[in-house]
Amino acid sequence: MSNIYFNESVILLNLEAASKEEVLKIMGDNLLSYNLVKESFIPAIIAREEEYATGLPTAGVAVAIPHTDVDHVQRKAISVGVLKDAVEFGVMGDDKETIPVRIVFLLAMDESHSQLSLLQQLMGVFQTEEALMSILNEKNKTNIRSLLEEKLDFGVLEGEK
Amino acid sequence: MTKKQVLVACGAGIATSTVVNGAIEEMVKENNLDVDLVQIKIAEVGGYVDTADLLVTTAMTQKDYPFPVINARTFLTGIGTEETKKEILQELKK
Repeated sequence: MSNIYFNESVILLNLEAASKEEVLKIMGDNLLSYNLVKESFIPAIIAREEEYATGLPTAGVAVAIPHTDVDHVQRKAISVGVLKDAVEFGVMGDDKETIPVRIVFLLAMDESHSQLSLLQQLMGVFQTEEALMSILNEKNKTNIRSLLEEKLDFGVLEGEK
Repeated sequence: MTKKQVLVACGAGIATSTVVNGAIEEMVKENNLDVDLVQIKIAEVGGYVDTADLLVTTAMTQKDYPFPVINARTFLTGIGTEETKKEILQELKK
């Protein structure tokens, strides 16, 4: 399994933003600063979120999983953003409803159809209220990293620290 | 029974449809069904209007299709998954 970039540098806590666009800009810029995505990733992910919303009414706290086409990605990565205050995201599969989201899992995927087990494990996290609440209330990035590494199979991690 | 073609679609055709596709594959096996699963982007659905029997999607769609459309968000949130599975099975067994 090819490795996925995931460590403290892509975990953003207490993220302050007034809109979903601002959340995506901040998280996207952060990925860009580590050369994980191309510059085009940011406008692409904002446009995609507008067209196909990714907010999910998960138990305990709502999450969003913004993602976009593989062309904008340099390297597979998952970025976690815990928002200081909830930001409204559209609900996936719904053209009107919005939901106050507190945790954003920004997915930078570099190829189609290849990450089934990781995605299934991620959805498993979404279905565990306890895990989501731990991420929401955790003040320490390393603890969030450990929690997710325990639940997700990232393969061999590279580019750490 | 003729083999049904089931479209599994999301916005990008890479993330949520992958998960939904996996769940349906499992379901199909458990029920000994023979189904042609096609994972696509929602924008590509138009190319399958003549062949598809069912569309399962996490992306919203306002277009009218000649086949039923089932929303698959519950596969991601885990809330209401069983109902969605029943709905899909019902269509596949028709």
